[in-house]
Amino acid sequence: MNEIFDGFVQAFQLIISLDPEILEITARSLLISLAATGVASLVAIPLGGLIHFREFGGKRGLITIIQTLYALPTVVAGLFVFLILSRAGPLGFLGLLFTPVGMVIGQAVLIIPVLVGMTLVALSGVKKAISDEVQALGATSSQAIWTILKEARFALFGGIILGFGRAISEVGAAMIIGGNIRGSTRVLTTAIALETSMGNVAFSIALGIILLCIAMVVTAALFLIQER
Amino acid sequence: MPGILLTMERKNPAPGVLCLSIALVTALLLAGCTGPIQGGSPANQVPPGGQNPSAGPKDRLLVATTTSLSDTGLLDYLERIFENNYAIDLQVTSQGTGKAIEIAKRGDCDLLVVHSPAQEEDFMEAGHGINRRCFAYNYFIVAGPADDPAGIRGMEPKEAFRTIIGKGKSGTPGVFFVSRGDNSGTHNAEKNIWNATGYNYTSEVRRSGAWYIEAGRGMGETLQLASEKGAYTLTDEGTFLTYRGRLDLVPLIDKGDILLNIYSVITVYTEDHPVEKITMANNFVNFLISPEIQAAIGEYGREKYGKGLFTPMSGGCLRFGCDCTTPASATRPSLSFT
Repeated sequence: MNEIFDGFVQAFQLIISLDPEILEITARSLLISLAATGVASLVAIPLGGLIHFREFGGKRGLITIIQTLYALPTVVAGLFVFLILSRAGPLGFLGLLFTPVGMVIGQAVLIIPVLVGMTLVALSGVKKAISDEVQALGATSSQAIWTILKEARFALFGGIILGFGRAISEVGAAMIIGGNIRGSTRVLTTAIALETSMGNVAFSIALGIILLCIAMVVTAALFLIQER
Repeated sequence: MPGILLTMERKNPAPGVLCLSIALVTALLLAGCTGPIQGGSPANQVPPGGQNPSAGPKDRLLVATTTSLSDTGLLDYLERIFENNYAIDLQVTSQGTGKAIEIAKRGDCDLLVVHSPAQEEDFMEAGHGINRRCFAYNYFIVAGPADDPAGIRGMEPKEAFRTIIGKGKSGTPGVFFVSRGDNSGTHNAEKNIWNATGYNYTSEVRRSGAWYIEAGRGMGETLQLASEKGAYTLTDEGTFLTYRGRLDLVPLIDKGDILLNIYSVITVYTEDHPVEKITMANNFVNFLISPEIQAAIGEYGREKYGKGLFTPMSGGCLRFGCDCTTPASATRPSLSFT
């Protein structure tokens, strides 16, 4: 118990003293995961809309596959992107392995299924209640879509927050693609893994607290945006 | 994307979907787009020196290394010195030796710093590396609980391993052995000892009972696991000394030629590696075997742990049958393997 308590005390000391290395790792984590969430949203929300608003054969099967990929293990996503970005792989010429950009790609791949799925849920949640009425009132199709999306925004933001949470908290893909390089690809989760393996409990707890604080701030910020 | 847009326009007003989604993520992207770039090059703080032709971000040199080297902090320490001398962003990723070699084979790193002679030789013979130089050594030690339930203290290494496996298999209480189990250099050294002891590692040691625990982790984590379980383990001396304060383990055996642990550096070669990059990597090899850095390696950790964590080769590597003096100049594999 003492160890845990001391860990928390030292953790707060580290946070309050604004340790430059902790600040750097925190900023990097935030930027990489926000970028990944942004990229994933850009891909996933239109894709979700496309799947939702269009009828095509195999739609049910596609949705099942997407939902299965919610459970995509982070190390598997990491390995997949590793093989693609490796010099021996198809995109090796870009030299993105062991760089922050590579990590953004990995985290985006990881959370796109969740975001597509949440978009589908969000859109189907409003379809019955609103869209019939909107169309009955004679709104043009684009107005109808706009209205539906506005109605769906809470659920869409929920999906984005979920995606961000998965991105910033995962360690498998970040470790495999980033390589946990100090000053370049070390993020909160890989640093926690490293410090824990080196027995620096206080440092690990400090990083864990920071990670949760970031999640709280980002979630609150997104909540404020959606309220407007 | 244009294709999607067109089909959607024809069918129904899906552009609204795009509009909204773009609106939704714009803020995120604004924050996100600059992220990776900032994170990627903390390089431009130091003015580029003579090595760097342009004033742009410094070239990066990626070293793949073993957990035992990075857990001791030696590479972080050397990295700072190297970066002060060369306008290069030296980056270190620490993996088990097996994984590090795999990354090197794929051409995903520029240098390999490892300690697994047999694997290194295979790597060199396959033409993946050039300029292999040994630069430091220490000894593996067998660590275990102070009460030594198998009674191996002071034994010769092979005899100790024979005793542990005998008592482990027969179920003597408290006799456990924790293996790295990750195909690292230390794991390979352990396999060597089992094989030299007369046991077939795959069929007679692995999965031979609850006494043999495969951690599948780095050296530091394996030591902590052994400490928690009160088990024996094989560790490199450097990591053990670094972790000693947090462990309920004592060194039981630290003598014997079979425990010799030699660290080598290799420049990674692939046909795609530009000559400039290979030359830079060679600079690091020459840096490691230079007299000043050899002295610095010998001093590393002496103040904190009472003795150096590594013994530099300091030119005296003939007795180990490796090369620690020839300047690294080759930029491609020679026909007779170095």
